[in-house]
Formats: sequence, structure tokens, C-alpha cells
Amino acid sequence: MHTRYLLSVMTAIVVTGCAGGAATPPSATDAGIAAKAEAMLKASFKARGQAGLDRLDQDETQRVCSALANKPPPREIAEKIERANLAMIKWPADGKLLGDWKNGEKIAQEGRGKQYSDDPAGPVGANCYACHQIAPQEVSYGTIGPSLYRFAKVRGYGPEIQKYAYGKVFNSDAYAACTTMPRFGHNGILTEQQMKDVVALLMDPESPVNK
Amino acid sequence: MRSHHRRAAQGVAALFILAAATALGQGSPVDEIAKYRAALQDGNPAELWEARGEDMWKQARGPKKASLERCDLGLGPGVVKGAYSELPKYFADADRVQDLETRLVWCMVTQQGYTEADAKKNPFGAGNDKKADMEALVAYVTSESRGIRMNVPQSHPKEQEAYRIGEKIFYYRGGPHDFGCATCHGDDGKRIRLQDLPNLTKVDGARKAYTTWPAYRVSQGELRSFQWRLNDCFRQQRFPELEFASDASIALTMFLARNANGAEFDAPAIKR
Ligand code: HEC
Ligand code: HEC
Repeated sequence: MHTRYLLSVMTAIVVTGCAGGAATPPSATDAGIAAKAEAMLKASFKARGQAGLDRLDQDETQRVCSALANKPPPREIAEKIERANLAMIKWPADGKLLGDWKNGEKIAQEGRGKQYSDDPAGPVGANCYACHQIAPQEVSYGTIGPSLYRFAKVRGYGPEIQKYAYGKVFNSDAYAACTTMPRFGHNGILTEQQMKDVVALLMDPESPVNK
Repeated sequence: MRSHHRRAAQGVAALFILAAATALGQGSPVDEIAKYRAALQDGNPAELWEARGEDMWKQARGPKKASLERCDLGLGPGVVKGAYSELPKYFADADRVQDLETRLVWCMVTQQGYTEADAKKNPFGAGNDKKADMEALVAYVTSESRGIRMNVPQSHPKEQEAYRIGEKIFYYRGGPHDFGCATCHGDDGKRIRLQDLPNLTKVDGARKAYTTWPAYRVSQGELRSFQWRLNDCFRQQRFPELEFASDASIALTMFLARNANGAEFDAPAIKR
């Protein structure tokens, strides 16, 4: 059902984008160009290694966020995207959200995974350090995302924050529509155990993140 | 040009020392890179590719034993000077927008008699084991636009359409990581690990990035074309493999090249 809603939102964006423009031939509308771009993309790639052409198919979140071209989504659209993604989170059946922070550190460091040049047999990491400062010992960190140093120390160690951290890693769009952060669980990048381990890296009082 | 080769070799040695210093954390990597680029300005190993490409341009090659000296890169048959700073553009004979590589393939097929598959066979080199003719030709042609301002046209409807499609492709998010170009190149002052990321959605970032490709990559000992840059960023984006000289690659190049208009072209450059 949310799929249909997002589609209509998408149409709204496209229509708004064109409103006020001079009379344009149908092929030159924004929607026409987007359709041509998609067809062109699909004709311009070849499957290689683990990366099949199906990776060019967008789900509704990807489609709506692409159409925004890096602009923040209007609030109403953001709420719909977040609600839809939140509903798709699979919480661990055993109710435990924290794994082993030491493993979590390895997963956060690991840059390999899902590229056609990577071994499909693994390892598959999260490369959190590509975008975040996390443990202070690692100085080679990126700045696309905010610093996560002292994450639980600042935000608290309680069950609500644990749940937020797990949900965020599982599906980042559930909390920030059209974020650049990957949806590690939703898109099957990390296993449930791997997600618990990186959540422990952020949440465990023994983790260097909170020292 | 050739007299620079020895200097280039010394330059490479200096570069490794500087790279090592950077790894030890002396000074910011950005400063160090700026320093070694300045130190090497007149000794870039890319000159080896430029010289090889110039020879290749002039040699009679292919089934028709013809040189490329009658190839029209947009400014008339055989005109190389300044041609790259106006590409991609619409070519009436091909009835499509072409970037440099697509145009070179076109000339290799129509004038030298290669099959299209042969002309596209080996687009990217791999050190001394696998030298790519294409990257040498690209090095030569681009070097002849050094110092000339980017002036990519938008007069033909197909040029306008290529730009708009390229823009859509730039923002197209997909794959297991939801990445699009703008994920890594949509904001000012960001980095991945310690790697600075240009903001390609802004004029400044687009200019600086576009006008410094192709580049000799020190870490790879190889000259890399813009087609290679796109191919490798799509790999990091977790997409399947971008086909060499594909329509999407041309549209994306049109988008970025046009956004660099007005800036002085300054490549082949030298990069990390
Ligand atoms: C490609 C970039 C990228 C990667 C990789 C990435 N993140 Fe993020 N992350 C972001 C951005 C951008 C934000 C801020 C916007 C948002 O909340 O989504 C963010 C936000 C967060 C937040 C919320 C912070 C807060 O204060 O509320 C958490 C927690 C987080 N990331 C954890 C992780 C973990 C753990 C990983 C690895 C498993 C990871 N991120 C990988 C980009 C990234
Ligand atoms: C996951 C991250 C990521 C994505 C997605 C990505 N890039 Fe990049 N890009 C990089 C990194 C990292 C560099 C710097 C690489 C280096 O210097 O080795 C770079 C460099 C570049 C450069 C050269 C900049 C310069 O000044 O030398 C261009 C141009 C570029 N990317 C274009 C693109 C385009 C177009 C796309 C989409 C098709 C894209 N990138 C997608 C990470 C990314």
C-alpha cells in the first residue's frame, strides 16, 4: 500500500517540478527525461561478478529520493518515507540488540563487500568509518556522516537508544528520509549478528566509543 | 616533450617520498598533494602517454592503413588543438552526441577500418603488461587543450537532452547501498576515510574535478581517462560495470563537462 502512496508522491514532485515552465513537448518533461535516463542506464551496463543488472532497478524510496536531486524531502514526503521504512524493519526474534563490540569494530572497519570486484564469498563489511568517526583510536575516518564517538555516553545506554541504533543500522531511511547512509539490514548487506555487533560498538559501556 | 621524461622519473621518486610522509601524518594529505603536484608540474609521467598517443595518431594503422590525421574531433579534420575543451558535442555524421573516446572509436572504425568491437577492446591500461592505445590517444588529444577554457556546447537539442539525462543519472540512486553520485559528491568539504570528495553539484567542484582528468595515478602507475574515472566510481557505487563509451557515460560526461565551462583545462594531471 505504501508503494502506491509513494508513487503518487513521486508524481506530485514531478508535476510540481514542471509547473510554471513554458509549454514543453512531452519528451522534454522532467518525467520524460527521467524515463529516458533509466532506459539509457539499463542499456549502458553489463552484469559483472556479483553485481547483476537488477541493481539498476529502484525501489520506491530510491526513486523518490533520486527525483529530489539532493534536495531535502518536504516534510510530508519525508514522514511517509520514514513510516514506510520503519514498518519494514525486522527486529531480532530473540529481542537482543547488542552483540560483541570487538567484532563490531572489525565490521565497521571492513570496506569490502558488494562491489563487483569483491569476492562474493566475503568478507562483507559495513565500512562505517568511511563516513563516521567512531572509536577515537581510528583517525582515518570520513565525514559524510556525524561523529559517533561517545554515542551512548551522550545519548544514554537504555533500551530506547539501543532500539534506535539497531533500527538506524537496519534501515536508516526509517529515521531520516533520503539519507546517504545505506540501509544495511533492509538491503541485506549485513546479517542480523553483524548488525548486533556494530550496535554493540556504539552502545556497550566497554566499547572504546564510550570510554 | 621527450626531454621531460628523465625529470618525470625523478619526479615519481619524489612523489613516493612525499606519499610516505603523508602516510606518517606529517601535514594534511591535502597540503601534501598540493605540494607534490606543484613540484611535478613540468615532470608528469603522463607525458609518456602523450608522446605515445601522438605517434599513434600519426601512424598509418588498422586494416585501411590510415592515420587519424583526418579525424574530425569537432573543429575540422585533423584539428587537435582545443578540440577536447569543446567535448562532448553533437556530430552530424554520427547523428549523436559523442565524447572524446566515442569519437576516437568512430574515427578508428570509419577511417582506419577497425571493427567497433576491436576499437573498444582495450580501453584501460594496466601498467607495462597491458598498455592501452585508447588511453595514450586520450592523453595526447587532451594535452592539446591544456590552458584552453572549457566551452562545451548546448546548442543542438541532442546536446541539451544529453545534459538533462546526465543530470538524472548523476542523482540516480540504486543498488544495495542506495548510492548515487551525489551520495559522495553532493556536499562541500566531505571525505571518505581521509580521501577528499569534490562537490560535483557546484560549479567550483565540477570545474576543479573535470579539468584535472585524465590524470596519471601515482598509486596505479597508470594514466587514467575520464571514462575510467566514471567506471571506477560506479564500481564503488556497487552498480554493475559501466560499458566503455556507452550512452550513459557520454550523458554523464556531458553533464559534468558542461558544468565546468569557463574553467581552464589543466590535464593530463597527476594524482595520488
Ligand atoms: C555512506 C555514508 C554512511 C555510512 C557508510 C554509514 N553512515 Fe551512519 N550516517 C550517515 C549520515 C549522512 C548520517 C546522518 C543522517 C542520518 O541520520 O541518516 C548517519 C547517521 C547515523 C546514525 C545516527 C546518529 C545520531 O546521532 O542520531 C547512526 C547511529 C549511524 N549513522 C551509524 C552507522 C553505522 C553503525 C554504520 C555502519 C554499520 C554507518 N552509520 C554507516 C552516513 C553513513
Ligand atoms: C561510494 C563513494 C562514491 C560514489 C558513489 C561516487 N564516487 Fe566519485 N569518487 C569517490 C572517491 C573516494 C574519489 C576520489 C578517488 C581518488 O582520488 O582515488 C572520487 C573521485 C571522483 C572524481 C574525480 C575528482 C577529482 O578531483 O579527481 C570524479 C569526477 C567523480 N568521482 C565522479 C563521480 C560520479 C560521476 C559518480 C557517479 C557515477 C561518482 N563519482 C560516484 C567516491 C565515490
